[in-house]
Amino acid sequence: MSILVRNISRRFGDFVALDDVSLEVDSGSLTALLGPSGSGKSTLLRIIAGLEHPDSGQIVLSGKDATTLTPQKRNIGFVFQHYAAFKHMTVHDNIAFGLKVRKRPKAEIRDRVDELLNLVQLDGLGDRYPSQLSGGQRQRMGLARALAPEPEVLLLDEPFGALDARVRAELREWLTRLHDVVHVTTVFVTHDQEEAMEVADQITLLNEGRVVQVGAPRQLYDEPESEFVMRFIGDASEIGGVLVRPRDVELLQEPASEAAEAMIVRMTVLGRDAKVELHDSSGAEIVAVITRERFDELDLWRGQTVWVRARRKRVFAA
Amino acid sequence: MTSVVSRLGLRSLALGYLAVILVGPLAIVFWRTFEDGFGPALDALTTPETINAFKLTLIITAIAVPVNTVFGIVCALAIVRKRFAGKSILNAFIDLPLALSPVVVGLSLFLLYGQDGWFGSWLSEHGIDVLFALPAMVIATIFVSLPFVAREVVPTLKEIGDDQEQAARTLGASGWQTFWRITLPSIRWAVIYGVILTTARCLGEYGAVAVVSGRLQGKTETATLRVQERYEAFDLAGAYAISIVLACIAILVLVAMTVIRPREEAA
Repeated sequence: MSILVRNISRRFGDFVALDDVSLEVDSGSLTALLGPSGSGKSTLLRIIAGLEHPDSGQIVLSGKDATTLTPQKRNIGFVFQHYAAFKHMTVHDNIAFGLKVRKRPKAEIRDRVDELLNLVQLDGLGDRYPSQLSGGQRQRMGLARALAPEPEVLLLDEPFGALDARVRAELREWLTRLHDVVHVTTVFVTHDQEEAMEVADQITLLNEGRVVQVGAPRQLYDEPESEFVMRFIGDASEIGGVLVRPRDVELLQEPASEAAEAMIVRMTVLGRDAKVELHDSSGAEIVAVITRERFDELDLWRGQTVWVRARRKRVFAA
Repeated sequence: MTSVVSRLGLRSLALGYLAVILVGPLAIVFWRTFEDGFGPALDALTTPETINAFKLTLIITAIAVPVNTVFGIVCALAIVRKRFAGKSILNAFIDLPLALSPVVVGLSLFLLYGQDGWFGSWLSEHGIDVLFALPAMVIATIFVSLPFVAREVVPTLKEIGDDQEQAARTLGASGWQTFWRITLPSIRWAVIYGVILTTARCLGEYGAVAVVSGRLQGKTETATLRVQERYEAFDLAGAYAISIVLACIAILVLVAMTVIRPREEAA
């Protein structure tokens, strides 16, 4: 099912959380709502879910106006950052909840819960209580619970935010694989650009309550439409007032036209590439990534003064 | 060393205080009741007036407790989950019965339902007795035992947050289903705790009921009023015997609370 967000605005007192936001999510896609904290991404997700109300604007789900529908009537699945597990119920009953309130037959519920326990790799843990699960397991239970009533849209609010780095990476990969199997239209909120790049096929980047850019991860990286996007997605350094990606920084041992002087502060070899961190004359940090061949050829040392030049320039209208 | 001394000192002070204020008097009541064996105590308890008094106390409690349980849960939900004008006033008013002397409550009911009261004349025209009858006693008891359920449930509701309720809504549950399946099970120990306190308060109520009941023997006399009446009639054995039953109920309540507390903390 497709999601259409039309001119949504929302204020909390004086704070403008969302300012005339419009957005289209294609059926079956895996979309990330990405942005720094306070950008309005969670508020937007909660408005799509019906957990929050917009001051103005419209939410259209599968071509039908859903703006005034309660969450109960929207046929969505929602995964919370802090799991929102039903603490007094077993894992089995948590997952079965959406089916029980729909008064599905008992045998059907049992089969569906077993199927989901298997899908989220919690086989045999159905009789445990949420307090007996690890964070990663709890979030997988949260996912199974959200998927049980076969929602048309799956919404995830910083689903991996409360987990440690290793479990995070595991679950990210697992979510992409799950999406390949289940094909439900999925929107997830994150402030982590790497997570968005890795998991999503579409990214909507928000800042200060507005949509800044929409596109595939590669598009946002390769063709940023503003300085903000360039800085937020991937690394970028400033050379002579111009933003440059690490791979577009040229290192020279002699002065040259348009090249700025900089001092090497740190070097790291990353397999076939090498990362060189420098400080320019004002002390601002510049990061360059060059090939191993070039790195060996240059024979750099820490504290050395070199010249840096932007190979590809990006100038954004102010 | 000093810490051991101060700890022991604090402990004996606390226990000594309890012994003098609580346990001593209670023990004396027990002793005096059974001074002449169980016979006189049992006789005093089985007079028709006393049996009637206990019956009345139970009826009033059986009405007041459910009413205040429902009211307390609704109020707690409104205070914690909703935003509305006058919320802080509601919050303050719930505590009023704790601050107000029960005698004042009784008198205010007089002003409302008495012959010259606001509703009094209308009610007597329609042949409805409120004062010196069950309705006024129930109203007075409901009033004095009103805060307990709400006061127990409010902090628990705040603590559990509304994440689980929101999750239930997104899973297709109606407001009613969410309440029965998610909210109520989450606050159940707080509710039970509140119900126990409410019950104890209802059973022991004296002041407000004393004012509005008229203390008609065998009619509008509750167990606590009966104790006072027996005492004034120099029937000390009777007064003690009824006191013992009330004290035993209170002890049962305490035991029930100690059993529930640890479970509540574990949940």
